[in-house]
Amino acid sequence: MSARILDIRNLSVSYGAIRALHGISLHIPTGRIVTLVGANGAGKSTILRTISGILKPTSGQILFRDQNLVGLPPHKIVALGIAHAPEGRMIFSNLTVLENLRMGAYRRTCKKELAAGLDQVFGLFPRLAERSRQEGGTLSGGEQQMLAIARALMSRPDCLLLDEPSLGIAPILVRTIFEKIVEINRELGLSILLVEQNANLALGISHHAYVLETGRVSLEGAPATLRENPAVRAAYLGG
Amino acid sequence: MIEFLQQLINGVAQGAIYALIAIGYTMVFGVLRFINFAHGDVYMLGAFAGFYTAPGILKIFGGGPSYAGAAAVLLTAMVICAGIGVLIERICYRPLREHPRLTVLITAIGVSLLLGSGGQYVFGADPKAFPEIIADAAIELPTSWGSFSTLTITIGQVLVVGCTLVLLFVLKTVVLHTKTGLAMRALSLNPTAASLMGVNLDAILSFTFAIGSAMAGAAGVLTSIQQPSIDPLMGVSAGLKAFVAAVLGGIGNIPGAALGGLLIGLLETLVVGYVNPTYRDPLVFAVLILVLLFRPSGLLGKPEREKV
Repeated sequence: MSARILDIRNLSVSYGAIRALHGISLHIPTGRIVTLVGANGAGKSTILRTISGILKPTSGQILFRDQNLVGLPPHKIVALGIAHAPEGRMIFSNLTVLENLRMGAYRRTCKKELAAGLDQVFGLFPRLAERSRQEGGTLSGGEQQMLAIARALMSRPDCLLLDEPSLGIAPILVRTIFEKIVEINRELGLSILLVEQNANLALGISHHAYVLETGRVSLEGAPATLRENPAVRAAYLGG
Repeated sequence: MIEFLQQLINGVAQGAIYALIAIGYTMVFGVLRFINFAHGDVYMLGAFAGFYTAPGILKIFGGGPSYAGAAAVLLTAMVICAGIGVLIERICYRPLREHPRLTVLITAIGVSLLLGSGGQYVFGADPKAFPEIIADAAIELPTSWGSFSTLTITIGQVLVVGCTLVLLFVLKTVVLHTKTGLAMRALSLNPTAASLMGVNLDAILSFTFAIGSAMAGAAGVLTSIQQPSIDPLMGVSAGLKAFVAAVLGGIGNIPGAALGGLLIGLLETLVVGYVNPTYRDPLVFAVLILVLLFRPSGLLGKPEREKV
């Protein structure tokens, strides 16, 4: 067992002629929560989208338990044990909550595993159990976010990529969702890579953090240290 | 009254054919958001697949027309067309996946022309007589039905409608109650999210083309039972009308395609029966214009909401 579940080395990604990531290196220690902090357009989501195979890097390596993911299509990467709850939630709006969760378990063929997965996510988010027959598009923003996370968990991943779980959600639900993220990490032992605009909240629950600026890692360290850093305070924590 | 009923019966039988073809348009649109204009030509190829395989297949089933033989011809044509559909997607559309939809659309028109003209080259441009795979005749209605017994219902019509209903039922089961069907629906809602769930997009797209093309192939054979004269350009007009049917029902909506097909078939038959046969085609295409003007999302389609 490697101490690093995910190890990104020298990753560069371009959108056409525009370079979004300039040789980024970062890693997630097994069983930890790592946060990427940065302004809009710093490349946070690009990193997640590249890990899950939606984007192809121009160079660099993404090692998941020492296997290079670069070049694999998204459906093979899910099968290896990485789940991605994408930015904007991307709920299947015309499918019911239950069907959305079934889609999450698409690579799982065993009926027992499916039932166990449903038990698990309904235990975590009882609200989803109440609404299981409802169409995903009729849920509130917060419930959709819960569904996005639950759907990602249905693939029984070892590593979870969370993109802006607080975006467009009522503050009271944001707190609940972050408590659940901690629970998922502690109780289920998942390693988590979290991208979050709300740096204060994210630093509060993570073990390690990277600060991204225009496609480069500008700072990294323990959340407590970063919080004391004057530049970070000024830029991301509201002074 | 009897006359009107007769027209309705003929219209339903014609509408069933359009429904089968329209489903292919709508399914492909659902997953790829483009109109596969080559779809009408797959319907034509279905008729020719039946034409070339029927004599051999009927021989296995005793030589003459028979239901078992007809079923085997139908299935063979469906399998051949499924294969053709998968190949068309694989060779012509898949390499253009990352390109603008207009590129794919123009390619589809090119594929349609290629299949139509290629068909003229390979099969010959003259109409061919489709072999009699079932003994088509009017069904004797009991005289106790009074004036209704003067209605003409042919075995072919019953078969067309019956087969269409069975195929629609199978399709509904696949789309609503299987994992692959769920993946198809997820893919049509959000391809990126579907791939993040572990869906192999290429496999689902191939599957979608296979199903849609098999339906068109079935329509090709079923049409030929009723109108046994086939030619390589028969797919152009039928394909366009089925496209109108798909738009009328709401493009991307499978029950809508079936409903649209039925309505277009009825409209055509009623226009021929009561107005003037010359107006048949213009009126069908007038429907297209009216739908696009007043209800672009079609009868059963939901208006597309802007994503926030």
